[in-house]
Amino acid sequence: MMGDRIRNHTLTLVAIFGLATFLWWANGNFDGYKIQIMNLIAINAILAVSLNLIYGFTGMFSLGHAGFMCVGAYVSSLLILPASQKEAIYILEPIIAPLHAAHAPFVVAVLLGGVVAAVFGLLIALPVLRLGGDYLGIATLGFGEIIRVFANNLVPITNGALGLKGIPGYANLWWNYGFMLFTFYVIIRIVNSNFGNALKAIRDDEVAAKAMGIDTYRYRVTSFTIGAFFAGIGGALLASLLTTIDPKMFLFVMTFQVLMIVVAGGLGSITGSIIGSVVITILLEWLRFVENPIIIGSFEIPGIPGMRMVIFSLSLVLIILFRREGLMGMRELTWDTLLSPFGKRGDVE
Amino acid sequence: MTLTMFVQHSLNALTLGSLYALIAIGYTMVYGILRLINFAHGDVFMLGAYFIFYAGALLHLPWMVGVVLAIILTSFCGVLVERAAYRPLRDAPRISALISSIGVSFFIENLAIVIFTGVPKPVVRPSWLVSIIKFHGVRILPLTIVVPLICLGLVAGLLFIVYKTKPGLAMRAISKDIETTRLMGVSVNKIISLTFGIGSALAAASGIMWALRYPQIQPLMGLIPGLKAFIAAVVGGIGSIHGAVIGGMLLGFVEIMIVAFFPALSGYKDAFAFILLIVILLLKPTGLMGEKIEEKV
Repeated sequence: MMGDRIRNHTLTLVAIFGLATFLWWANGNFDGYKIQIMNLIAINAILAVSLNLIYGFTGMFSLGHAGFMCVGAYVSSLLILPASQKEAIYILEPIIAPLHAAHAPFVVAVLLGGVVAAVFGLLIALPVLRLGGDYLGIATLGFGEIIRVFANNLVPITNGALGLKGIPGYANLWWNYGFMLFTFYVIIRIVNSNFGNALKAIRDDEVAAKAMGIDTYRYRVTSFTIGAFFAGIGGALLASLLTTIDPKMFLFVMTFQVLMIVVAGGLGSITGSIIGSVVITILLEWLRFVENPIIIGSFEIPGIPGMRMVIFSLSLVLIILFRREGLMGMRELTWDTLLSPFGKRGDVE
Repeated sequence: MTLTMFVQHSLNALTLGSLYALIAIGYTMVYGILRLINFAHGDVFMLGAYFIFYAGALLHLPWMVGVVLAIILTSFCGVLVERAAYRPLRDAPRISALISSIGVSFFIENLAIVIFTGVPKPVVRPSWLVSIIKFHGVRILPLTIVVPLICLGLVAGLLFIVYKTKPGLAMRAISKDIETTRLMGVSVNKIISLTFGIGSALAAASGIMWALRYPQIQPLMGLIPGLKAFIAAVVGGIGSIHGAVIGGMLLGFVEIMIVAFFPALSGYKDAFAFILLIVILLLKPTGLMGEKIEEKV
């Protein structure tokens, strides 16, 4: 309905304006720690929504997200690091020729990080997506590991195990939330388009989709490449936010965290992934309390280092065992569902 | 490269290959029956190594008693994992069990970091296993002879169970068709538990011998060998026990020989397995010994 569409677009604009106001307020009033968490929420949302496109909407079980993030992070960091800083940190071997002078503005660097990650995604997708289901998971996991091994060994390019330090911290709230909205916009448009319908058909029944004349291989490759692009952007922003990166950062644990967000939010639900990013990022920070001593009355329970990740991984198992569909299932939170208790429903006339 | 060096490298490759093969069998058996990649299998392997360490360091048990105890405890853990995290998901989409196994894997690893601490622990090795013997100029660690022999014995025992006993028959039946097997009056859950028990016992044996070969154990030690053993299982043809052994040996030889012939590539050692995997999957997606799986409509 025309009226509903205009209303929904207006509400979306109002919500974005509200978010911007909140960011502006937070920038002035929150301490550094809270702002850091807010930044992490935005980056996690980018990563979760991009993995959801690959896994939740196209049904490809990919475990290679950390690899794409690694590519994006290194590409964009190398482009924004000042030449003097590069000279200072490449102790073992000097950086190779074209890279030592390469420089780009932040936004270009982040987008290029995404593009290079997408190229890697395409190169891995072309052979690997001929495989189905479980093999795909293992092959993409293997790819993530290969990227990490190369990052560790190509010392003249990546500075090896020492990693990159002193990356300019351009990724503030505005950049992160800006890129987050850009990601949402593109992926929501994709999911709601005809292309998205084909992806969902492939997810629900690949054989039937093929029988309906959908070139499943091409659709899968495209979806995987787009997912890799946004994973690269997420990695690039994370690098600038943390200002240091090294190959150890992109272990499988990184993919696991994103997977956890997607599963908790609901596979195949964009709003689920968004809510999941907020809840899990905050929960992970909040869980740090178990690693600090807790004082009840006169008793002191000593903190247990590492307990946070035990609880975190246990909760993933519990979610899968008891609420497999996650928070939202495949449903989306839309303006219509939000407003339905108040106004008349669109489908009831 | 001289002949003696080549013999030494071959023995090392045979040892490493045997260790991979024993872990790979566990993956292949579980996959054959449940079509599930048991990500937690590598961590069960790690538990085997820790149990033998504690049996010696904490309980001061004699070596052989410790080995038996460690194997029993590890297979108990393997069965427990199946009971708690996979059985409730038997009727769920397969991907749910896969995610559950990733969660369990992380859970065991992190719990191990909390309980055993992240500090690597030194394993005490019986001296007769590590006193070097010289044979025609080849320096041989008795371990590199013992490990392949034990592996051979275990695989022979396993093949006997799978092909000559009733539970083995049931296992093979389940891997063909789980529903029909259930209708035939086989208690499917018991057989699946047995499969996890046997697979975990073999992983424990591998973990113990791994701890002897590389006597520094730490909570994340199962991660990379586990992944590589899974790759060995896929390369050999998942679901096939022979395939798992062949894949394990192949991987052991590839890793040792590439580093031996091209020392400059040693930093990339962990990437070989994954490159081998991608190459094999492209050339022969069902693995070397695998059966062709038709896509059902």
